[in-house]
Amino acid sequence: MKGILMQKSVNLRSFLTASWLGWQIESNWTDPFLFATYSIIKPVAGAAILVLMYSIVTQGNFESPVFAYLYLGNAFYQYVPAVLTGVSWTIIEDREHYRTLKYIYTAPVNIPFYLFGRAVAKFIVGTFGVVITIAAGVLFLNVPLDWSQVNWPLFLLTLVLGIIMLAVSGLILAGITLKTARHSYYIGDVVAGGLFLFTGAIFPLEVLPVWLRPVGYLLPITYWLELIRRSLVGAVAEAFPTFTTLSNGDLLLILAASSLAFGIASIFIFRSCDHQARERGLIDQTTNY
Amino acid sequence: MSLFPRIEKKTGGWQLFLMTVMGRSYPRVVGMQRERSWMFFDVFLPLLSVAAYVFVYRAIGAPEDYVGFVVVGGAMTAFWMNVLWSMSSQLYWEKEQGNLALYIISPAPMMAILLGMAVGGLFATLLRAIAIIAVGSLIFNVTYAVSSFWQLIAVFSLSMVALYGLGMMSASIFLLLSREAWHLANLAMEPVYLVSGMYFPVKNLGFWAAAAASVIPLTLGLDAMRQLVFASGPTLGFLSVETEIGILIILSIVFVTAARYLLAYVERLAVREGRLTENRR
Repeated sequence: MKGILMQKSVNLRSFLTASWLGWQIESNWTDPFLFATYSIIKPVAGAAILVLMYSIVTQGNFESPVFAYLYLGNAFYQYVPAVLTGVSWTIIEDREHYRTLKYIYTAPVNIPFYLFGRAVAKFIVGTFGVVITIAAGVLFLNVPLDWSQVNWPLFLLTLVLGIIMLAVSGLILAGITLKTARHSYYIGDVVAGGLFLFTGAIFPLEVLPVWLRPVGYLLPITYWLELIRRSLVGAVAEAFPTFTTLSNGDLLLILAASSLAFGIASIFIFRSCDHQARERGLIDQTTNY
Repeated sequence: MSLFPRIEKKTGGWQLFLMTVMGRSYPRVVGMQRERSWMFFDVFLPLLSVAAYVFVYRAIGAPEDYVGFVVVGGAMTAFWMNVLWSMSSQLYWEKEQGNLALYIISPAPMMAILLGMAVGGLFATLLRAIAIIAVGSLIFNVTYAVSSFWQLIAVFSLSMVALYGLGMMSASIFLLLSREAWHLANLAMEPVYLVSGMYFPVKNLGFWAAAAASVIPLTLGLDAMRQLVFASGPTLGFLSVETEIGILIILSIVFVTAARYLLAYVERLAVREGRLTENRR
């Protein structure tokens, strides 16, 4: 019993300390005003590209359900690269930039919890982006978000489940990163870029060629985004044919089951990669790409 | 036989300048091709964005020429990424890795080093951009209607001179930066894609916004190229192709000249303030 409590304490301490450290690294390179501006401009510009593309073709028909679909999908998709990169990039940052990974490994720290903690800062910055993007959509672009109609329990449950699913997916990428050199691309961004295409984030899956759609059906992010949309703009989201046969409960079950599967896989994959990295002496390698 | 002959005697002037340009462009042209995964990702990643935006246009029923606009815009993002990460922030990386001090203490002119990076980066990126256009055009059945090859070559060449001139100029500014360099480079992606009309005709930003965005050479370069290669391009163009060529010539001269003077000034400043070897992680 005492051993379990001590382990819990180590996990929690690893997570909280890493969260604080991550926040310092993420934010203390400049003053708070510039940091806030930086955190807002990037997501707003990304959303504005889509808004302009949509507006040019539809002559500004923002009342259409298609607009709410792509706008909300794009807004919440910001969490995907933020969390995936937040967890996996820490390996490169600590190993090659700060050269502290070996010290982290020799400290009484639970490495996966440390990595999750380091992603918290990017999650917080991502949340700024999501909130600002949605606020701009509601205030200026008539995104049909009626706060009294939002299914808050479903929204919060889906959001939490999705973030956990993204964090464990990031752990898989962190394991792979332990065995690879520093490249000019971030594995988290590469994977997030790929998933953007297949998860129906900014267009319904029916637009994809038939042979590509199964990729989307296999990914938990697809179900996560669908549930987020349904919880926020239920009637609008259900107008799209992709998941009309599935109820919110069905989608939640699929999301929970796939998240669990990803979670179990992430433990085994990370352990295996971690073991191989230690065996090959890769924990303190500096590739200098 | 080695590409570079052994240096038997001291060189200087233009000979040293050219040798430096060749020496610095060599790792860009040859070295970058050796890492196969980079070649794959350099083509694959922009293609993913291109595909996503193409499917958005298809979902909202856009005319087919817009698909072509996205493919050409996606190819041009490769140049912007190269300028941003391998030109502007390069001196910051060199400082991080300890090479910058070696550049400064060598007799090689810094301008030649930057020009070498630009020439090598341009060539390597050109191969990737051609691959993106070829693959993207095949996948999405893009049809082109080129109205003038000569103007197209002129627009592309001028855009690249101005763009890499801008990269050389900003490289000298990045020389003064520390940790914030990475963040600033990261910030200059989506906002630049937005204002330069990478995925839509820049004319839709409105005259004054498009005019302000024209400081980034990609804006006018891309707009002129779209006018020259798509049937509907001229109706969606911001300014006439001739006017855009004229502005690109001015931008090329301004950026390359400014890069020369700014680099000399910033180098002196960095030496005086001891920033060449500083490493604030």
